[in-house]
Amino acid sequence: MSSSGKSPWLLHYNASSCNGCDIEILAALTPLYDVERFGIINTGNPAHADIFVVTGSVNEQNKEVLKNLYDQIPEPKVVVAVGICASSGGVFRDCYNVSGGVDTIIPVDVYVPGCSVRPEALIEGVVKAIGVLEQKRAVLDSRGSL
Amino acid sequence: MTGRRTVVPFGPQHPVLPEPIHLDLVIEDEHVVEAVPSIGYVHRGLESLVDRREYADFVYLAERICGICSFTHSSTFCQGVEGLMSIEIPERANYLRTMWGEYSRIHSHLLWLGLFADSLGFESLFYNAWKIRESILNELEATTGGRVIQGVCKVGGVRRDVTNEFLSGMDKRLEGIESDIQEMVNVFLNDYTLKKRLVGKGILKPDDAYNLGAVGPVARGSGLCMDVRTSEYLAYQDIGFKPVTADGCDGYARCEVRCKELFQSVDIIHKVIAAMPDGDVAVSVKGNPDGEYFSRSEQPRGEVIHYLRGNGTKYLTQFRVRTPTLTNVPSLIAMLAGTELADVPQIVLTIDPCIGCMER
Repeated sequence: MSSSGKSPWLLHYNASSCNGCDIEILAALTPLYDVERFGIINTGNPAHADIFVVTGSVNEQNKEVLKNLYDQIPEPKVVVAVGICASSGGVFRDCYNVSGGVDTIIPVDVYVPGCSVRPEALIEGVVKAIGVLEQKRAVLDSRGSL
Repeated sequence: MTGRRTVVPFGPQHPVLPEPIHLDLVIEDEHVVEAVPSIGYVHRGLESLVDRREYADFVYLAERICGICSFTHSSTFCQGVEGLMSIEIPERANYLRTMWGEYSRIHSHLLWLGLFADSLGFESLFYNAWKIRESILNELEATTGGRVIQGVCKVGGVRRDVTNEFLSGMDKRLEGIESDIQEMVNVFLNDYTLKKRLVGKGILKPDDAYNLGAVGPVARGSGLCMDVRTSEYLAYQDIGFKPVTADGCDGYARCEVRCKELFQSVDIIHKVIAAMPDGDVAVSVKGNPDGEYFSRSEQPRGEVIHYLRGNGTKYLTQFRVRTPTLTNVPSLIAMLAGTELADVPQIVLTIDPCIGCMER
């Protein structure tokens, strides 16, 4: 396992979430759940991130921001859609300014259901994402592009 | 000496912001001359869904306007529909709503204090605030079933009752939580570095606060005594209420107001539990809303207004929400003018921006 597989850094972006999932992401980092003890850090810089955690559905204005952030994360990268809004649009699916889940804009690897997600579910999702990250790294490795 | 003007973009994705808002900061040397906000990154347009969801079902959407003030939104919406249909909800439901509302205020203020500490570089203080917050969330989860989205309000009352034994247990546990909070608040209010970074930064004069329509702790930090809880709704009329204010008009004053409100909320919960009436927690609801109604409540961030209009069918014809963060943005712009670039993140946080609410 590579170093980023042991301690992946997260980039969190709130696409158009109600905040519920966002505060649970932060709760997962803070003392009760404390994923930082595994070296998982919430970074503000896309260039440092391995896992892209997106909450909320996509709308016209944040489409470009989301794409930009995704492009700035170096390969290999994994996208985790957190919450039902990020997965499919959720209860806001019918709103005029919601164009659907995050996967309408960028490829998503792991979906974490829930409204709002529980920190346990989120941690499970990130653990799955680490597996995907390792697979992607192995593929890049075999091509000699790392 | 004046330098050339440059524009520094701040957001929408920024380390201190859990949510996206964008500011174009026009700076001259290191001083902010003007801040131009642009919003719309989180806009969903959920108010329009009101004509496709029945009024009783819309409570779950109203609750999801914002994940931090979720309880206040659901209770304000229910209060509005009950007002439209002239429903008297049982006293016990009123008291339970007050209690949960105050628990969510403590959770929201602790969350903010944590994020604020983080923006100032106090990481263990951030963790400490969020550790205390978990014990509040435990109480919310034990009584409502949800940590951040409770789903416990419904038109006509509340969905769950809490036994009196459990209530007295909550009362006791709250004392422990209060002493934890006391210890933490001492750092916020007395630490030398924190004071250096907050006192005199982000000034909002009382007149400006009034004219720009500031609400909540932003207004109260500028000495304005404005709090919807002084009007008579929920159980506040029975237990008495006096708003917390501070006269500093700066970042420190706004922090002070929120710190003191933590103890005030603890106090209110003690009183509510002591005076909790017995009886049912919900009444059955028949008929459809007709007419229009303004429903007001005090959210952790300030006054929220839900406007509802019905036409006698099960679908409301109009729903509009005025949220505290949106009303506080003009004050934020006034605060930012003349500050140093390095202070911008903290000053933005002192209004406790909740973009989910603001844009809906």
